[in-house]
Amino acid sequence: MLEIKDLHATVGGKEILKGINLTINPGEVHAVMGPNGAGKSTLSYVLSGRDGYEVTSGSVLYQGKDLLELDPDERACSGIFLAFQYPVEIPGVATATFLKTAVNAQRKFRGEEELDAMQFLKLVREKSKELDIKDDMLKRPVNVGFSGGEKKRNEVLQMSLLEPSLMVLDETDSGLDIDALKIAADGVNRLRSPERSALVITHYQRLLDYIVPDFVHVLSDGKIVKSGDKTLALELEEKGYADISAA
Amino acid sequence: MVVSKETVEQVASVSEKYKYGFVSEIEAETAPKGLNEDIIRFISAKKDEPEWMLEWRLKAYRYWLEMEEPDWAKVNYPEIDFQDIYYYSAPKQKDKLKSLDEVDPEILEVYNKLGIPLKEQEVLAGVEGAANVAVDAVFDSVSVATTFRERLEKEGVIFCPISEAIQKHPELVKKYLGSVVPYTDNFYSALNCAVFTDGSFVYIPKGVRCPMELSTYFRINAAQTGQFERTLIIADDDSYVSYLEGCTAPMRDENQLHAAVVELVALDNAEIKYSTVQNWYPGDENGKGGIYNFVTKRAACRGVNSKVSWTQVETGSAVTWKYPSCILQGDNSIGEFYSIAITNNFQQADTGTKMIHLGKNTSSTIISKGISAGRAQSTYRGLVRMGRKAENARNHTVCDSLLIGDKCGAHTVPYIENQNRTAKIEHEATTSKVSEEQLFYCQQRGLSEEESMALIVNGFCKEVLQKLPMEFAVEAQKLVGISLEGSVG
Repeated sequence: MLEIKDLHATVGGKEILKGINLTINPGEVHAVMGPNGAGKSTLSYVLSGRDGYEVTSGSVLYQGKDLLELDPDERACSGIFLAFQYPVEIPGVATATFLKTAVNAQRKFRGEEELDAMQFLKLVREKSKELDIKDDMLKRPVNVGFSGGEKKRNEVLQMSLLEPSLMVLDETDSGLDIDALKIAADGVNRLRSPERSALVITHYQRLLDYIVPDFVHVLSDGKIVKSGDKTLALELEEKGYADISAA
Repeated sequence: MVVSKETVEQVASVSEKYKYGFVSEIEAETAPKGLNEDIIRFISAKKDEPEWMLEWRLKAYRYWLEMEEPDWAKVNYPEIDFQDIYYYSAPKQKDKLKSLDEVDPEILEVYNKLGIPLKEQEVLAGVEGAANVAVDAVFDSVSVATTFRERLEKEGVIFCPISEAIQKHPELVKKYLGSVVPYTDNFYSALNCAVFTDGSFVYIPKGVRCPMELSTYFRINAAQTGQFERTLIIADDDSYVSYLEGCTAPMRDENQLHAAVVELVALDNAEIKYSTVQNWYPGDENGKGGIYNFVTKRAACRGVNSKVSWTQVETGSAVTWKYPSCILQGDNSIGEFYSIAITNNFQQADTGTKMIHLGKNTSSTIISKGISAGRAQSTYRGLVRMGRKAENARNHTVCDSLLIGDKCGAHTVPYIENQNRTAKIEHEATTSKVSEEQLFYCQQRGLSEEESMALIVNGFCKEVLQKLPMEFAVEAQKLVGISLEGSVG
C-alpha cells in the first residue's frame, strides 16, 4: 500500500522530517505518536502534497506508484484521504454541494458516471445517519460556525463518502469531548477493511482506545525512534515521550 | 415604411458632402468614419425616423460637443479618438468562416465549458450559413419565440427593437425616452443619444404581470449587439417584468467602445427586475485588446410602492465604467443592486450604483461582490443620497472584495449624503483573500486547483448568484470559474 523510504522534508527551508521509514500493508492501521513539533502533521502534509512542504530526498511508493510525482488532487483521487486537524471553512458553499463536487470529481477521475442530485442525496443521507449528522448541517456552509465535534464528524463523513484506500487522520481527537470522539472513532472503525489502511496521527493515547492500531510508532525530531504494537501506546502514556525519545 | 422625400434628400446631401461619398450600394450601408451632424442625419434617415427624433439626436450631439470625457473613475486607457469610429454600419461582414474548425480554439473551449450546443456555437462564432442551419436546428426555440410573441401580444406587452417602437409607439417613446437619463446627463450618454442605432423597447401595460422572462437572447442571434445600444423599459401601474440582458457566450467583437444607455421606469406598484450577464472580450492575458464598456443604466421608481432590482454579473470587458442606479421618487419605493464584478489579468472595473432617495419610506439594498485576480483593479463606487423629503428612508450596503494573488487591487469608494434626520444608512465592507488553506482543502478532496478556485469564489458570490433567474444562475456559476482560469498557480 504505502512504502516510505528515508524521507527527508523541509518547511520554509528548515528540515522537519529527517529520514522516515515506514511501510503500511493493506488493512493495517498504524498509529504515529509523538511530542509537539516532532513532525507528525508535516508527515501528513507531505503525503497529501501540500504546497510548501518540500521533499529533499527519499521516496514514497503508493500502490506501486511514485506518490511524490502526483498533484494533491491526483493523490486524493487515487485514494489518499487526509482528515484535517483543523478543517477549513469555505463561506457560501453548502456542505452538501462541497461533498457532491468532491464525490463527482473523484468519480470522474476514475472514469465513472457522475452522480445526479437524487442519487447523491440518497447516498449522503445514508452515510450521515450513521454519523448522527442532521440534514441541517449539510445545508450550512462548509465548516462555518461548526462546533469542534461537527467539524470532525464532517471529516469522517467525507471519508465515508469518498471511500479512500489510505486514511490519514491528523489529530482527529483534538478538541473533541468523549462522546464526539466515540462517534468519530466508530465512523473510522466502520471503514476498516482488509483492503483499506490507516495512518492515525495523535498526541494522546486515548484515541487509540477507540481506534485500535496494529502498529504504533514514535516520531521524535523527524525520525521514527521506536515501533511496536498497541501496548507501546500505553507505555508512552505512562512514561511520557521524554523517556522513549531518550531511549 | 414610408421614406419621406425629405429623408431621401438628406441622405443625398450627406453623400455629396463627402469626397469619398457612398459610391456603391454596398458602401452606402456604412457611413464614413467620424462624427458630425451629417452623420447623425444619415443614421436618423437610415432608421426612417420622425423629425422629433432627429432633433433630439442633434440637440444631444451639440451638447456633447461642449462636454469633456470624465476622468474621475479609477481606470486607465489610451485616449479615445471619437473621429476614428464608424457610427453607422450595416451588420458587419466579417471574414466568413467555413466551419467550426476555423474558429479560435480558445473560444470553442469556452463554449464547450458553458455547454452550448454545437449548432448554437456555429451561430455565435459566425460560421457561414450557420444562421440558416441554426434556424432549422433550433426550430424549437424559434417556434417557442413565436409562441412567446403571441402570448405577449395577448397580454398587451410590447417587446420590440427600439427603432420599431419609435415608428409604432411614438407617444410612449416621446414621453419616456430621455426622461430617466437626459441627453445632458453625461459624456457617454449624450453620445449615445446622438448616435444610437439599436436596442430594446418594453412596455408592460397596467395590471399585467409579464408571463415570461424577457430576454435579448432571441434578438442576439438575429442581429449583432449594437455598439451604442439604447434600451427603454416601462412598467405601468401594478405591472411586473423580469428582463434578462446579455448572453453568456463570449462574442469577439470588433467594436472597442461600447456606450449603452438603459432607462427603466416603474410606475405605481410596478416592479422591474433587470439581470445582466456581461462577458465581452476582456483582452488577452497581456492586457492587449478588449472592450471599453461605458454604460449608463438608471431606473426611475416613479410610482408609489414601485420596485427595481438590478442584478449584474460582470466578467468581461477590458475597462468597465458602470453604475446601474435607482431614483426612488415614489413613496415606499424600493431599489436593489446586486453585483458580482470579476476582473482578471489586466482588466479594470469601476462599478457600483447610485441610490437617490427622494420619497418617504423609500429603501435600498446594495450587495456588491468584487473579485480581483492577476493584475486587475476593481473599484466599487457607490452613492447613497437621502433627500430632504425622504422621511424614514433606509439603506443597507454590503461591499465585499476578494483578492486572488498579490498583484491585483480592490478599492471601495462609498459616497453618502444625508439631508434627512430620520434616514438610516448602513455600510459594511470587507476585504479577504482566497487562502492557500482553502485551496488545499478542496484539492485534498479531489478537486483540481481551478475547480477549487471556482467553488470558493462561487461561495463568495452566493448571495448575488441567488438573485439571478434560475437558468441564468447556472451559466453564471460556470462563467465565474471560466473567468478565473489561469489566476492560480
